[in-house]
Amino acid sequence: MKTSRKEGKIIKAIKTRKIKRQNRSLGGDIFLTVLLAGFGIFSLFPLWYIVVSAFKPFSEIFIFPPRLTVDNPTLNNFFDLKNIIEGFDVPLTRYIFNTLLITGLGTGGTVLLGSMAAFPLAKYVFPGSKVMNQVIVYALMFSSTVTAIPNYLIMSRLGLINTYWAVILPAVGGTLGLFLMRNFMVQIPDALLESAKIDGANEFQIYFKIVMPLCKPAWITLIILSFQQMWGTTGGVFIYSEELKPLSYVLSQLVSGGISRTGVASAVSLIIVIVPVTVFVISQSNVIETMATTGIKE
Amino acid sequence: MKQSEKISREPFSVVWKKNKYKYLMILPFGIIFVLFTVLPVLIAIALSFTDFDMVSAPSFIGLSNYISLFVEDDIFLIAVKNTLFFAIVTGPVSYIMCFIFAWLVNELPRIPRAIMTLVFYAPSISGNAYLIWKILFSSDTYGWANAWLLKLGITTDAVQWLATAGYIMPILVVVQLWLSLGVSFLTFIAGLQTVDRALYEAAAVEGIRNRWQELWFITFPSMKPQLLFGAVMQITSSLSVSQLSIDLVGFPSVDYAGHTILTHLHDYGNIRYQMGYACTIAVILFLMMMLINIIIQKLLRKIGE
Repeated sequence: MKTSRKEGKIIKAIKTRKIKRQNRSLGGDIFLTVLLAGFGIFSLFPLWYIVVSAFKPFSEIFIFPPRLTVDNPTLNNFFDLKNIIEGFDVPLTRYIFNTLLITGLGTGGTVLLGSMAAFPLAKYVFPGSKVMNQVIVYALMFSSTVTAIPNYLIMSRLGLINTYWAVILPAVGGTLGLFLMRNFMVQIPDALLESAKIDGANEFQIYFKIVMPLCKPAWITLIILSFQQMWGTTGGVFIYSEELKPLSYVLSQLVSGGISRTGVASAVSLIIVIVPVTVFVISQSNVIETMATTGIKE
Repeated sequence: MKQSEKISREPFSVVWKKNKYKYLMILPFGIIFVLFTVLPVLIAIALSFTDFDMVSAPSFIGLSNYISLFVEDDIFLIAVKNTLFFAIVTGPVSYIMCFIFAWLVNELPRIPRAIMTLVFYAPSISGNAYLIWKILFSSDTYGWANAWLLKLGITTDAVQWLATAGYIMPILVVVQLWLSLGVSFLTFIAGLQTVDRALYEAAAVEGIRNRWQELWFITFPSMKPQLLFGAVMQITSSLSVSQLSIDLVGFPSVDYAGHTILTHLHDYGNIRYQMGYACTIAVILFLMMMLINIIIQKLLRKIGE
């Protein structure tokens, strides 16, 4: 009886359009908007500087004090960059191919293997599940940079140094993706899984046919994260052959040098930034849409 | 609990038959995880008790590495001090920032929300675009900071931002904060969107009066898993700063002002090839990360209880 009266009040509140603005004061709104704008500017400023510098002609780079606008935008910095890259021994297409392969396999592997392992750990209790869940959480607590040396030793023992796998496998073995998937899967109602089980489906079929479609927001997010990580990888000491190096490595080599190289360096940075940002813009709307429609509630 | 105890007493063949698919689904990830995450930790611990230069076989030297690390290596102590300072500032601040901005962004209408999410998230995904800070804080008069300070007459000479010990740490902190609205930020946004709207509506009827009470009594408890996860991410990244320092202030930095535990590790591992010693540094950092994380997890679990 009590709940129905409460529901009545809520319905009334929705009808009088109070719900959207409830519990929001004007003072708080102003304060928080200023906070948002302030940090927004801090966030954008360096990126804006990159965009502007990339299109500045040589003469404008030396204007004192530096301006945040371009009077005569030019593509010269990009042509300079093109000339530098054409001087390389390895063609640019090869670097792009390397990056695509590493990013594709790394992202695919992380999402597929991570989510597949996440499902039983999220929804079932079986011998070993508790220990595994705990190990996953502990593994999150340190970054892979700490274990770079032993990782190198293992890679060289397996003969994987200077292959794409040296970069892909450690990324796939990271627990971040698995943990994220597991967190989302926990929220799937048990009743759904149980009814599928009564229909005779095994865990793999349940995972593939029921859980994965429900977890679309989670794995899209995971694709974004994994893509960004793989895109930024330079191969480091794990890949030393020039023709196996990814694009980020080559580009980061160009971002050095003094003020006179600012234009080219900014052009390079712009290219490095634009790809993950574009991927995020495309998938973000997807994430937000699916988040809004795919409510997983008991 | 009772159920799991019952299962573990059953013979293996029964357990396997019941859970075959579960184990098989974990197996592919499990193999890679053990090979490239578990095994490296064990090897690092083993090598930390040895003298190993990658050429000859490791020789066991007991606790020598640990002793020289804490007793003889003054630079390591500087690195520990710097790392802790850096982590204590950027860890909590970045964590709170991730939450506040996720929370604010989540209240915006659809289009502004998408734009602001991108604005805040962009720095963390822009790879080594943070090198632009090197130009902003360049030591000559072309650097943005110097140019404006000179123009406005606040200083008379160009400040050596990245080569003055006193400025190095603050600049690294600022850049790290700029980079820090990453995974945790996204996770918080996702978490906020999964909070049941009806809870807020019910709360308003029940007497929650303002957004701060709403935050404390409904939002925090509802998104505890995401909050715990975000904490781990921010702690770990604030303790593992190294590339940022090497790229911005050079290696070694002036007066070791930007020297962290990981740059110390980089020094012994990648430059001096003293792998045993480098692994000792890794083990210490590893233990620090675990310890701080476990303490913070314990504290955060108390939220809303």
